[in-house]
Amino acid sequence: MNFALRTAAAVLLLGAASPALADIKIGATVSETGPASSLGDPEAKTLRMLVEEINAAGGVLGEKIELVAYDDAGDPNKARTFATRLIEDDEVVAIIGGSTTGTTMSIMQVVADAEIPFISLAGAIEIVDPVQQWTFKTPHTDRMACAKIFENMKAAGVTKIGMISGSDGFGASMHKQCLQIIGDYGIEVLIDETYGPNDADMTPQLTNIRGKEGVQAILNAGFGQGPAIVTRNYGQLGIKTPLYQSHGVASKAFIELAGPASNGVKLPGTAILVANLLKQDDPQYAVVSAYKKAYEEKTGSPASTFGGYAHDALRLLVDSIGRAGKAEPAAIRDAIEQTKGFVGVTGVVNMSATDHLGLDLTAFRMLEIKDGDWALAQ
Amino acid sequence: MRLSSSKHLTLLVLAAIILIAPFGFPSNFYYRIGSLIFVNGLAVTGLVILIGFAGQISLGHAGFAGIGAYACALAPQYLGLHPALAMLLGTALSAAIAWLIGRPILRLQGYYLAVATLGFGILVSMVLANEAPITGGPDGHEVPELGLRKLLETIGLDLSNAQFWYAFTGLFLLAGTWLALNLHDSPSGRALRALHDSEIAARTVGVDVTRYKLSAFVLSAVYASLSGSLLALMNKFITPDAAGFLHSIELVTMTVLGGAGSVPGAVAGAALLTMLPQVLTVLQDYEHMILGLIMMLVMIFMPSGLVPSLSRLLRGRT
Repeated sequence: MNFALRTAAAVLLLGAASPALADIKIGATVSETGPASSLGDPEAKTLRMLVEEINAAGGVLGEKIELVAYDDAGDPNKARTFATRLIEDDEVVAIIGGSTTGTTMSIMQVVADAEIPFISLAGAIEIVDPVQQWTFKTPHTDRMACAKIFENMKAAGVTKIGMISGSDGFGASMHKQCLQIIGDYGIEVLIDETYGPNDADMTPQLTNIRGKEGVQAILNAGFGQGPAIVTRNYGQLGIKTPLYQSHGVASKAFIELAGPASNGVKLPGTAILVANLLKQDDPQYAVVSAYKKAYEEKTGSPASTFGGYAHDALRLLVDSIGRAGKAEPAAIRDAIEQTKGFVGVTGVVNMSATDHLGLDLTAFRMLEIKDGDWALAQ
Repeated sequence: MRLSSSKHLTLLVLAAIILIAPFGFPSNFYYRIGSLIFVNGLAVTGLVILIGFAGQISLGHAGFAGIGAYACALAPQYLGLHPALAMLLGTALSAAIAWLIGRPILRLQGYYLAVATLGFGILVSMVLANEAPITGGPDGHEVPELGLRKLLETIGLDLSNAQFWYAFTGLFLLAGTWLALNLHDSPSGRALRALHDSEIAARTVGVDVTRYKLSAFVLSAVYASLSGSLLALMNKFITPDAAGFLHSIELVTMTVLGGAGSVPGAVAGAALLTMLPQVLTVLQDYEHMILGLIMMLVMIFMPSGLVPSLSRLLRGRT
């Protein structure tokens, strides 16, 4: 009976095989499988592709990069274990990862204790506000999406809106952050409706909004199928007030789900969605089209915003290692913080001691759906 | 009564392994894996009492782990409780809930009981995910520092964070194992095992079936709750995944893989399923396939689980 216990102990002692001779080791833990795999899968593919690319071009500081990537399946507990493993066992100089806010939050504590720079791929503003010394992130925040939408509304003279939000994590978070900044744009919410993540019909909520006197625009904060249903119901009810969607549905799948009713819908999206619409003199043109082309050739699937986050994280990290002049965690951290004018797929990054995100509103493009495809809105 | 004679030996061997293993640890990562094995092992020991001793299935025990975990996250914030007291509160709450829901649902048997407990687990994780203003929702909630490590430092016992949690969770596992082993040989344990084999026979010889089933359910809920609390305090962060359906299944798998009726089997099952994913990362894309294959092979060739099958094999040789 005790044999099994001894075997268990022996396996525990031996553990994983000893690490290979190190070049510059960069660690990653993303959610390749599990509920967040639509984020983690393109992220992991992007990281692997870019490391190959960078090494083929001679690496950084004359050394090759070795990527140690684990799949945390979206489980924060696993993410924490893998972060510990990356730092203690693989002895990486920096970590990229945390596809979701939950996994990021549990990695943040580990990197803070071990003093290893960490670039997160998750959306929540709490990751960089308040600023944590060792944590950075590349994705724009919900608050920035709200700001972009309100900026557009303000320019169109809209001052009174109706809101309809999903009650899931994304919808609730965006709803909260939109309300925090809406006053800065002189816009007020006259009517505030919600729907459940699995609801199949939002006609009642939209009828309420339609019936409300003075509503000049409708904003739908949501993720997944909800916004597509809202858009279809919006079309069925023949509502004339303009509809704004969030960056949560900035994908081709949304246009297909929502059907013809989606024509005229406006939403903030990233440059990669409209790569073919970017002008040659756009600052992001070269980076976005190069990444899109390489990714689509390598994987055969369309490039996504999420892969873009991973692209920016790795490029930013390698760029910082180059500027630091040595592959030491503290030096790399300082170099990341001093990043200025780094052009990524998501936007132009200017970090500082008080801003570990470094993006401004130009990271978002206001898009409009026209004839079943994206167009740049004005 | 073989186990009775080897009870102290089992405890001794377990204690020795916990004590000696760190000498072979190259880094803190191994302490972390050890602590995770102990935390899972604790919950699985509870399930051994419920599934192995009493013969009742539960697919919702992660729900109790979630209650224990969120008690440590929320009680310090809203009630101003010390995390250690929050852990006790979570345990009491889990026991009370287990007692309340156990009374009606333990009348069910087999599949019906499985589905009822499954429903309970999903309910807990849904409440934790949906009550975002209180629980932080799917993005999780921070858990305060237990502070015991600092206390130990002042009396001259200087442990690193990973070492402290290894020792602390190890002690809990030892205590849990000791309790379960004692229960196994006690009159109550025999009553439980009697109703495992045949409820009718047990009732005929005067065993209060309802009461014993309920006690086993409550006790296993306490184990799960403590394991959830420890995980939350160790990670200092918790998300509703801790209460999730997948975690429940993982716990039952560990129980069955190790050997449902065997207390050391609980630790072996927890150790196997905690370590394998770490060892198998070298296989990259085939990781999940190999993990499934190993689990299938264990169940095909060792149908009564790792520890009982291996010990039978060893006894056969001597």
